Amino acid sequence: MYDAGKIIVGLLVFVALATSPLWFNALFGESPAAPELKLPTNGSTECVEARDFMVANHMDLLNQWRDAVVRTGTRDYVSTLNNKTYDMSLSRTCMDCHSNKTEFCDACHTYLAVSPYCWDCHVEPKGAD
Amino acid sequence: MDGSRREFLKLAGLTAIGATGASSVRASGGASSATGGHAEASSDGVRLAMVVDLRKFSRDGSLAERCIEACHRAHNVPDFGDDPKNEVKWIWTEDFETAFHSQEFHFIREDLKGKPTLLLCNHCDNPPCTRVCPTQATWKRDADGIVMMDWHRCIGCRYCVVACPYGSRSFNWKNPRLGLEDIDINFPTRMRGVVEKCTFCEERLARGQQPACVEVCSNDEIVFGDLNDPGSKVRQLLAERMAIRRKSGLGTQPEVYYVIDDPRTLQEFAPAAVVDGAEGGDHA
Repeated sequence: MYDAGKIIVGLLVFVALATSPLWFNALFGESPAAPELKLPTNGSTECVEARDFMVANHMDLLNQWRDAVVRTGTRDYVSTLNNKTYDMSLSRTCMDCHSNKTEFCDACHTYLAVSPYCWDCHVEPKGAD
Repeated sequence: MDGSRREFLKLAGLTAIGATGASSVRASGGASSATGGHAEASSDGVRLAMVVDLRKFSRDGSLAERCIEACHRAHNVPDFGDDPKNEVKWIWTEDFETAFHSQEFHFIREDLKGKPTLLLCNHCDNPPCTRVCPTQATWKRDADGIVMMDWHRCIGCRYCVVACPYGSRSFNWKNPRLGLEDIDINFPTRMRGVVEKCTFCEERLARGQQPACVEVCSNDEIVFGDLNDPGSKVRQLLAERMAIRRKSGLGTQPEVYYVIDDPRTLQEFAPAAVVDGAEGGDHA
C-alpha cells in the first residue's frame, strides 16, 4: 500500500473527529436529567393497572379504551390489578388523578420527543395544581 | 372424426347455455335481495327515535334557540358568527316550508307557516352517509340505531357531507377551538379537517341522561325513546298524532318525526295559548 502511514493516520483522525460528540459527552458531559413525574396529589396510590405496565403500555391501553368506548359503546374497564371497575375516559378517569398535563404527560413526551395527538381534541383540565 | 367434432360442438353449446342461464338467475336473485333488505324498521333490540312536537314549539318562540344552545354548549360546537362557509351545527332551525320542501304546502296553517323548525341528524335507519365513508368513521350502531361518528378515524374526505340529504353534517374548515369561548372539558372538541354531527347524545345516554335538547324541554316538546317498544312515549305520540318526516320519499327512513297536528288538540295543556296559536296570533 502506498502512503500507508498517512492513510492510517488520516483514518484515525477522521474516526476520532466523527465520534467526538460521543466520547466528549462520555468524558465531560452530564447525562440529561430523566423526567420526574408529578404523582397524583389527590391521595390516590394506584393506577388502573400496575405501575410498570402503565409506564410501558399506557398508549396501547388508551387505544383499547378509545376503541371500546367509541366503537362498541363499552365504558367499564375491570382492572386486572384490583378488580375495580373504572370508567374508560381520558378526561374523567386519567386526568382525575393526573390532573396536570404539563407536569405529567408532557414531562416524558417532551423528553422523548413524541407528540401524541390526544389533546388536539380532548381538553386538559383547567386550573390544575 | 366428424362424429366426435359434432359431439364436441353440441356439448360446448349446451355448456354455454347452462353457464349464461345460471349467471342470469344468480343476477336476478341478487337484485331482489338488494331491494328487499332496506326500508324496514329494525325489528330487534332498541331503535332510538325522536318526536318533535311542532304544535308545542309554535307556542314557545325561544325554545328552539334554547335547545340549540344547550346542545352546542354540551358538545363544544364552535360558533364562527355569520360565516356560512365555516358554520358547524348539530341542531339548527329552518322555516317549516324549507325544512319540508319536498312536500308541497299551499295555504297552510298560520301556526306552521314560516315557523322555525328544529332540525338535526335524523339517525336514518338506512343512512346514506355511512355507506360512503371510506374509513368506517361513521356507522349505524346495531344496539340502538344511532348513526355514530368516530372522530379519531375521520379523514375529512367529506363524502358523508355530500351523501346526507338533510345537511346534518358539518366540516371543520377551521380549528374549532378558535370559535369556542368556553370549552366543556367533559366532551372533546374536534380538530380541523374532521366532519361532525349530532350523535343523539350517546355519551349522555350512556350515563343515564336524556339528550341535551330533550332535557331543555320541560313539557314533552321533544320526546325521545325506543321505537321498538310499543309502550314508549314516542310510539304513543306517533299512534295518537299526525307526524311527518323529512324527505321520507328518499327511502332513508329518518327517525326524527315532526308532529303537525292542529294545536287546538293541545287544549289539555294550555287552553288560552292554544286558541291564540290556532288563529295565527302572536306565538311568543
